[in-house]
Amino acid sequence: MSNINKDDEILGKAYDSKLMKRLLGFVKPYKKYVVIAIIMNVVVAALGPLRPYLIKIAIDDYIVNSNYNGLVAISAILFVVLMFQAIVQYFLTYYTQLMGQNIIYDLRIKLFAHVQKLSLKYFDKTPIGRIVTRVTNDVESLNELFSSGIVTIFSDVFIIIWILIFMFFMSWNLTLVSLSVLPILFYATFLFRKKVRESYRDVRFQLARLNSYMQEHITGMSIIQLFSRENREKEVFSDINDAHKTANIDSIFYYAVFFPIVEILSSGAVALIIWYGGGNVIQGTMTIGVLFAFIQYTEMFFRPIRDLSEKYNVMQTAMASSERIFKLLDNSKIIQNPNSPKPLVNFKGNVDFKNVWFAYNNEEYVLKDISFSVNAGETVAIVGATGAGKSSIINLLNRFYDINKGQILVDGIDLRELSKEDLRNQISIVLQDVFLFSGTIASNINLGDESITKEQIIEAAKIVGADSFISKLPSQYNEEVKEKGATLSVGQKQLVSFARALVFNPRILILDEATSSVDTETENLIQKAIQKLLVGRTSIVIAHRLSTIQNSDKIIVLHKGEIKEVGTHQQLLSKKGIYYKLYQLQYKDQEIK
Amino acid sequence: MTRLFTLNKYFKKYKGKMSLGILFILISDIAQVYIPLVLKDSIDSLKKNPNIELIIKYALIIFALAVLSGFFRYMIRQTIIVVSRKIEFDIRQDFWTHLLRLSHRYFQNTSTGNIMAHATNDISAVRMYVGPAVMYSIDTSVKFIVVIIIMLSLSPILTVYTLIPLPILSYFVYKLSKKIHKKFTLIQEKFSDITTMAQENFSGMRIIKSYVREIFEIEKFAKESSEYRKRNMDKIKIQALFAPLLFLITGTSIIILILVGGNMIIDGKLTLGDIAAFMFYLGLLIWPTIAFGWVANIVQQADASLKRLQTIYNEEIEIKENSDTDKSITKINGTIKFENVTFKYMDNLPEVLSNISIEIPQGSTLAIVGHTGVGKTSFVNLISRLFDVSSGRILIDGNDIKSIPLNILRENVGMVPQETFLFSDSLQNNILYGVEKANTELLNKVSDISQLTKDVNDFPQKFNTVLGERGITLSGGQKQRTCLARALAINPKILILDDSFSAVDTKTEEEILVNLKEFMKDRTSIIISHRISTVKDADNIIVLENGIIKEQGTHEKLLELGGIYYDIHYKQLLEEELEKE
Repeated sequence: MSNINKDDEILGKAYDSKLMKRLLGFVKPYKKYVVIAIIMNVVVAALGPLRPYLIKIAIDDYIVNSNYNGLVAISAILFVVLMFQAIVQYFLTYYTQLMGQNIIYDLRIKLFAHVQKLSLKYFDKTPIGRIVTRVTNDVESLNELFSSGIVTIFSDVFIIIWILIFMFFMSWNLTLVSLSVLPILFYATFLFRKKVRESYRDVRFQLARLNSYMQEHITGMSIIQLFSRENREKEVFSDINDAHKTANIDSIFYYAVFFPIVEILSSGAVALIIWYGGGNVIQGTMTIGVLFAFIQYTEMFFRPIRDLSEKYNVMQTAMASSERIFKLLDNSKIIQNPNSPKPLVNFKGNVDFKNVWFAYNNEEYVLKDISFSVNAGETVAIVGATGAGKSSIINLLNRFYDINKGQILVDGIDLRELSKEDLRNQISIVLQDVFLFSGTIASNINLGDESITKEQIIEAAKIVGADSFISKLPSQYNEEVKEKGATLSVGQKQLVSFARALVFNPRILILDEATSSVDTETENLIQKAIQKLLVGRTSIVIAHRLSTIQNSDKIIVLHKGEIKEVGTHQQLLSKKGIYYKLYQLQYKDQEIK
Repeated sequence: MTRLFTLNKYFKKYKGKMSLGILFILISDIAQVYIPLVLKDSIDSLKKNPNIELIIKYALIIFALAVLSGFFRYMIRQTIIVVSRKIEFDIRQDFWTHLLRLSHRYFQNTSTGNIMAHATNDISAVRMYVGPAVMYSIDTSVKFIVVIIIMLSLSPILTVYTLIPLPILSYFVYKLSKKIHKKFTLIQEKFSDITTMAQENFSGMRIIKSYVREIFEIEKFAKESSEYRKRNMDKIKIQALFAPLLFLITGTSIIILILVGGNMIIDGKLTLGDIAAFMFYLGLLIWPTIAFGWVANIVQQADASLKRLQTIYNEEIEIKENSDTDKSITKINGTIKFENVTFKYMDNLPEVLSNISIEIPQGSTLAIVGHTGVGKTSFVNLISRLFDVSSGRILIDGNDIKSIPLNILRENVGMVPQETFLFSDSLQNNILYGVEKANTELLNKVSDISQLTKDVNDFPQKFNTVLGERGITLSGGQKQRTCLARALAINPKILILDDSFSAVDTKTEEEILVNLKEFMKDRTSIIISHRISTVKDADNIIVLENGIIKEQGTHEKLLELGGIYYDIHYKQLLEEELEKE
């Protein structure tokens, strides 16, 4: 019925010491803030309860004794205390939030940086949406823990301690009497927390169900309409909508009971104070001011306890999120660099595949015993039907994956003995589906590398023939590329990606030619651009264009993971084997044009 | 704000409960407001008439009033908030009903995410208005009026003095929440930037890794995150003012009370009990004062949400029954005729189909071949009226398709769309989706024809197997065959197969085609396919190219022609040979 992600729904413990310890590791750089926050917390927590005490003095010492000046003086003191409390409170909030924001920032960057290191195997298996959620929402829910959760729990405890100190100081027996309702409040809060949690879960479940129903059925709306199922879907929706409503109404019940009970208990405490304290006043063992102060203290006392349930939820969500975050941070699917990588000097660009076996999963080999070599400066075309293993070959040369058996060498050095960065710096890759980032055309060509100048960008664009259309854009090279590059045509995007590959001036070029059809004019541009790209570098091309094939030094025919034929275009054609058929199928049309 | 009155129709439905709720607010508020008066009497009696029994009586009255007020507070939530949830239900229901009527074009042009945003955020903003906002504004107004009347009766001067700071609080709450809301929008924007950036980064990981741009990407991300942190801090700078302002202003009220009230006591114009009562009343007024500012914001947000919802309600329902609909048409035989049909998706877009005329006699099979994007799918979408023609007309059994009641038309057209969409429900419910009642015989029959039975028998729960994320994932071919079974189950007079066997292996496809021959005996069928093997036996084959019929005839005739059809045929033979290597 719904696609609620179970992984994201687990609500576990509200406190987990192991997780907490790791989380506190992120607080370390901000020790200073913590100290300041704690000091301010103690101060603010004391100032609040101080006021009822001052009011008591105002009543008992000045009002009852008709002392005008004393009354004015104590009012002034009250106001100063109030101002002071307000100011400290402001900075307390500010600093704790600043600390929280900084911790979140650190954590987010750390997580993002970690993801950058993960191997493509991880990305193949994990839906991108889920990784995004880790970096965005999960980190966000920790914010509440750091900026309000922990701090308010501290300050609530301090407030309660201070109130108790003041109360016991004024009258220990009235303190005991007025606090006698507390056990009931605790119990009610505990029960409420438990019930609300259950019903909250139910509400969340129903909401997720409602949303996923809508999501799914909006996507499948044409099926609903084609099969004339509108009325029935209305009824089905009504049931789900109703369950959502009922879950919410059920949860209203707990709130409807809990909040009045708190109010009744609070009034009950006032009644107790009037009863017991009033009696003491009549006997002359207590002043009316104390009565006033106590009535105010009970109010103050109730709030932190009532809020406890909310804090619990914050903690619980934070724990669940941090568990998921740490799980990602602990993921070690990383292609490791060797301890002392061999340097890559005067790199020429020779490539050798020696008996390479490769499987994405276990033993399902997509490449079987592949051996071939490309001399520096040569162009090799790989052809084959879909699923022959062409893309896997180019994934391996970049060391996106490690091979299962065999060896891949560049200039005679095994890839695994080089640093990934050194290797990849020598290789430019152009993928079939061009990927453009949001940003400008220029930043998509130099990929943000400041060492590549504007002039170099333009030069590269000119060489591949992209300059002609870029210079016609309103902002030219600074033209914004919209989400997924919707502003540019498919052909234009390809030219941009060619310029990108060229500007990095690689020794080895890997090119997965796009199959998508473009207009003749752009097609000509692309053909020319490819010829220019290939000049003077080692190139491995998954070829879909006849011109590329004919100009290549060698053609490798890949079929079901194995190399079946090798040779030049003419040689292979005369063989009348697989290549001949492939040629008829995929490339022959291009001759006509 | 007049837009909010459109919600009145929902309120009207729950008139009774709403009025009760308002009555409960009155009772609860009055009981609550009475407590300080008793407190006042009890404190005054301590001085004037010290009597422990009287004190106990007062204490009990306070408790009783609290229980009374509390009980009705419970009742308020049980009426007004419950009503708000019911109204939310009604709004959602209306929203969904409306969506069900909107045309295919709307869903093609609007992202699901966009519609979902309305369905979740906007509806819940409106609910906040109909529930909490209404409850609190009534509660607030009642409390305010009653409390101020009592305070005035106790001491007009003291009332004026102590209440002076409160409007300032309301003003600040209103202003600050508005500002915070704005800052919050900025934060949300940045957050969605960060999300997009992460999304893009993770999707473009291949490029990033191969150009060794990781460090740069981290820096870029750090810059955005830093901006996000800054915007958060901008909000916090304002938000942090809330609590201090709150107790600064309410505290000032209390200090004024002590100072001015104290003076009045010393002058003998007031009692200590009055001060106690005032103190309580000020406490009671704090929440309503905050609520004023808060409610004002909710109302504004609800108004904005309602505006967005209304744009959906105002969306034109393009394909619907109207005065041209001929209700006397209750069945369809299946002769289809296109008369000079031209179709384009929008006025300013090029024609997808240009001036097409063709007749498909009842019981015959028409096959359509052609490259991607030549209008094959548009052709069949016009028959099921997912879209209407731009000019020309389509006749079924001689009636203009627009005059046939929509449900009659669609109940007789069985469509197997190109994109296989199945609901995350059981197989049985998916196959019998278009059928009123579960029918095992029918289920078995259509599954047999679609060559699905063997697959189903391999599932542990057979036809009760649930599909989708929570259940099993079908292979592409299984999905297509399920979609076929679903279309067959409605016993259609016209069957449309839009490239429905692309993921089915050729052997199974042949078996299905043999089965279909029997089933389709006196039904009309239209088959779109890339495979010659699928279409070769059709009564008539058309080749579409650039929106027009380029070639037409039987398999043999088209092969003789040596055109596009011949080319496709030749290539497929080659492919088959390659597969055998």
